[in-house]
Amino acid sequence: MPVQLRQPGWYRAAAFTVLGLAFCLALTTGIRAAYGYDPLFDFDAIAIVSMIGTPLFFLVGLGAFDYWFYWAAGKPTRAEDHSSHGANSWKDYFKVNTDHKVIGIQYVCTTFFFMLIGGLLAMMVRAELATPGSQFVDGQDYNSLFSVHASLMIFLFVVPVFAGLANYVLPLMIGAPDMAFPRLNALSFWLLPIAGILMSISFFMPGGAFASGWTAYAPLSTTQPIGQMCFTIGVQFAGASSIATALNFLVTIITMRAPGMSFWRMPLLVWANFATSLLVVIATPFIAASQFFILLDVALGFNFFNATIGGERQGNVIMYQHVFWFYSHPAVYIMMLPGFGIVSEILSAKSRKPIFGYRMMAFSLLAIVLLGFTVWAHHMFVSGMQNWIRIPMMVTTAIIAVPTGIKIFSWLATLWKGVLHLDTPMLFSLGFLTMFTLGGISGVTLAIVPFDIYASDTYYIVAHIHYVLYGGSVFTIYAGVYYWFPKMTGRMYNEAMGKLHFWMTLIFFNLTFAPMHVVGMQGMPRRVADYAEQFAPWNLAISIASFGLGLSTLIFIYNMVNSWRNGPKAEANPHRALTIEWQVSSPPPIFNFDSIPTVVGGPYEYGVPGAVHAVFDAKKPEPVAVGAPAEAETAEVGADAGSPEDQETKD
Amino acid sequence: MKNPREVTRADVVRMVVIGTIASAVGIAIGLWIDWFPAHASTQIDSISAFYDFLIILSVPVFVLVTTIVLFSVIRFRMRPGEEEVDGPPTHGNTRLEVIWTAIPSVVVACLCVYAANVLSDIDQAQANQVKVTAWGQQFMWQFEYSGANGKRFLDDELYIECTPTGTQTGQGAPCKGPQVAFDIKAVDVIHSLWLPSMAMKQDAVPGITTHTKINPTRLGMYPVVCTELCGIGHGIMRSTVHVLTPAQYSAWLQKKSKAAAS
Repeated sequence: MPVQLRQPGWYRAAAFTVLGLAFCLALTTGIRAAYGYDPLFDFDAIAIVSMIGTPLFFLVGLGAFDYWFYWAAGKPTRAEDHSSHGANSWKDYFKVNTDHKVIGIQYVCTTFFFMLIGGLLAMMVRAELATPGSQFVDGQDYNSLFSVHASLMIFLFVVPVFAGLANYVLPLMIGAPDMAFPRLNALSFWLLPIAGILMSISFFMPGGAFASGWTAYAPLSTTQPIGQMCFTIGVQFAGASSIATALNFLVTIITMRAPGMSFWRMPLLVWANFATSLLVVIATPFIAASQFFILLDVALGFNFFNATIGGERQGNVIMYQHVFWFYSHPAVYIMMLPGFGIVSEILSAKSRKPIFGYRMMAFSLLAIVLLGFTVWAHHMFVSGMQNWIRIPMMVTTAIIAVPTGIKIFSWLATLWKGVLHLDTPMLFSLGFLTMFTLGGISGVTLAIVPFDIYASDTYYIVAHIHYVLYGGSVFTIYAGVYYWFPKMTGRMYNEAMGKLHFWMTLIFFNLTFAPMHVVGMQGMPRRVADYAEQFAPWNLAISIASFGLGLSTLIFIYNMVNSWRNGPKAEANPHRALTIEWQVSSPPPIFNFDSIPTVVGGPYEYGVPGAVHAVFDAKKPEPVAVGAPAEAETAEVGADAGSPEDQETKD
Repeated sequence: MKNPREVTRADVVRMVVIGTIASAVGIAIGLWIDWFPAHASTQIDSISAFYDFLIILSVPVFVLVTTIVLFSVIRFRMRPGEEEVDGPPTHGNTRLEVIWTAIPSVVVACLCVYAANVLSDIDQAQANQVKVTAWGQQFMWQFEYSGANGKRFLDDELYIECTPTGTQTGQGAPCKGPQVAFDIKAVDVIHSLWLPSMAMKQDAVPGITTHTKINPTRLGMYPVVCTELCGIGHGIMRSTVHVLTPAQYSAWLQKKSKAAAS
C-alpha cells in the first residue's frame, strides 16, 4: 500500500470516504435484501445511512482517532508525542492538529466560511422578499433558503465561533500550555465542517434542501424530502462537537489554571465559558434526542410524532417542541454568554478601569445558566400545551432581565470616568451594549403571554432574534476577532477599515431589522415567501438596507484577509491589557509559555498603581516554598498559594 | 481649563434633562406609531393598551443606556497625550448594585402581575358563545358551521355575527357581538390560526383540539393568516374574516344551509 494511504491525511481520508460510502451502500442493500424489501436500492435509505456512516470513516482516514486506536490496540504510544502540534505552514491548518491555537484559528476560519454562505442565503431571502409575489424561487426553495440560513448561522457560526475564540485565548488566559484533552479538541473541530457540509449540500438533494426552518417542527419535518435528513444528521455532528468542546473547557478551567489563579481571579471570559460549557453539556443532548426522534420517525417509521386524526397512531406532536426548546432556549445563552465574556474583557481594558462589580458579573452568569433551563416553554405560548404553565414560564423569563440588567449596568459603570480608547473592538462593544439592550427589551415584551400571543411567529420575532443574535452575539464576535486579531495572527488589522465596518454594520443593521418590528406588528407572519400588498414598501426598504449590511461584511473579510497577509507586525500587548494572553509574544510560542506564570492579582487591576495580574519569573513567591511544598503542584492548592491572606493564616 | 473628566452636578442635571426629553419624544413616537392593524376585538384592545404600557416602560431603559454610553464616549474618551493614563480603580459599589438589582426586580414583578390580569381578561369565557371549528390543512383554512337546518357545512372563509351599536354598518363600524369560541384542529401538519385585527392566535395541532376566543367589536372584513410554517404554500395560506350584522349573517347562513342541503 502506498505510504500516503497508510499515513493520516487527506489521501487516506479520501480513500476511507470511498470505503465508507461502499460500506454504507452494502449495509443498506444487504439489510433490505434480507428483509426482502423492494426496491433493493433505495436512494433515501442509502443516503441516510451514508450521512451517518461516511463521516466517521472520513474522520478515521484523516487521523482523528489514530492515537486512541494505537492505545486501544496496545501498540506503543508516546505520551509526549507532539508531532501533530502547532503549525509551521498553512498546510498544517488542514490536518488533525492538537495545538489549541491552531484549532482556534481552524474554528474561526471555518465558521466565518459558513457565515458567508449563510449570509449569501440571507441576501437571496431578501431578494425574494423585495416585492410581493414570487420573484425567482418557489415556496419550497424559499423555505430552504431561510432554513439553511438559520441553521448555518446558529450551528456553524455563532455557537462554534465562540468555541473557536475561547479555544485560542482561554488556555492562554488561565496560564495553561494547552487544553486538557488536545486530541479530543482536534476531533471536536473536525466534526464541525462535516455538519456544515451536510447542511450545505442538502441543496443538491432530490427534492431540495431542508425546508422546515431551523426548528424542524414535526410533523412537517417528518414528511419532507430527503434533504431534511441533512439537518437532522448534521445537527448530531455539530452537537457532538459542542458537547466535546464544552467538556474540554470545563476540565481545562477546573484543573489547569496557573498557580495563584483562584476562581475569583479568573478573567470574566473564562467565567463566561465555564457557564456556557455547563449549559452545553446539560442541554445539547436534548436537541440530539429531538433529532434522533425525527430520524427514527423518517427512517424506521417509529411514529413518535405521527398523530393523524382518527388513525390509530398516537404520536405526540407537542412533545417535539418541549424537547427541542429544552435545548434551543438555553442555546440562545450558549450564543450570548461567551459574548458577555468578550465584552467584559474589552470594556475593562479599553476603559482602563477594573470591571465594575466583578463578583456580581460572575454570579449573574451563573444565574442566567440556572434560569435558562426554566423558561423553554415561552416559545410555546400558542402551541396548544397546557395553559397553566404559561404564567410560571412568563415569570421566569421576565426574571432573566434582572441578571442581564446587572451586567448591562455594570458595563456602563465600568465606562464611567474611564479613559475610553475608541478603537474598533471598543466600538463594537459599545454597539453591542446599545443594540443588545434593544433586543433585551423586545425579549421582555415577548415574555409577556398576552403580547406574545399577538406577536408570536410574526416578523416582530425575526426582528427580536436578529437584535439579540446580530446586534448582540455577532457584534461581540466582531469585537473579539478585532481584539485578539494581533494575538492570533501576529499582525495588526487596519483600524480605519475596521471603523468603517463598524459604522456600516451599525447603520444598515438598524435599517434592516428595526422596521421588521413594525411589519410584524402590522400583521406580517414570518417564514413566508409571499405577503400581502400592504407590507410592500417596508419590505423593499428592508431588502435594500440588508444589501448594505451584506456589503459591510465584505469589508470585514477584506480587512482580515489583507491584514493577515500584509498588516504591520503586532506587538505582544497592543491593548496594554493585563490578562495573561497579552504577556506572551504575538503569536504565542508553540507551547504558550516558556515558564508557567504565577497569578498574583485580579485580571482587571487597571489604574491600581503597580498592579500585575501574573508574573513569569521562575522564582516562586515565598509562601509556596514555606507553606505547602509537597502539594504545590496541584491546581487547587497552587491556586491559593501566593495570596496575602493565605500567607497570614499559615504564619 | 476645566478638566473634562470631572462630572459636576450640572452635568448630571443636563443628562437627566436630555434623558427625560429623549424619553418623552421616544414614548410619543412609540405611541404615535400605528402598531396594530385594526382594533376589531376586545382582546386586541387589552393587548394594545398593554403594549402602550410596555413602550412607556421600555423607552426610558433604552434612553438611559444610550445616554450613559454617549456621555461616556464624549466626556471620557482618550484625548491625545492620555495614551498611558488609566481610569480610577473603582471595583464596585454595593449600594448601586443593590439598587440596579432591586428596581428591575420590582418592575418585572409589576409587569407580570399586570400581564396575568390581561391574560385572564382575554381568556374570559362568556355565557353567550358561538362555536366555530377551524380546520387547518395544507394550504387553506376551513371553517365548520352549524347551519340553519342543523346540518353542518364548511366554508373557506370565516363569518361571524356582531350587532352594530350605532347606525353605521360599513367597514370598521362599532358593534357588540357574542363571543366566538374556536375549536382548532389540524388535518396534516401544525398550522396556526391568527386574526391580526383581533389579536388572538392559536396553533392547530394534529391529534389534539386547541381553543381560543374572540369578542368582535368592529364590522367588516379582516385578514386571517397562518403563522406556523406548514410547507410550500405557507405564505399563501390566508383567508378573510367577515364580521356581519345579524341580518347579513342570517342571510348568509340561509344561503349556505340551502346549498349544503341540496
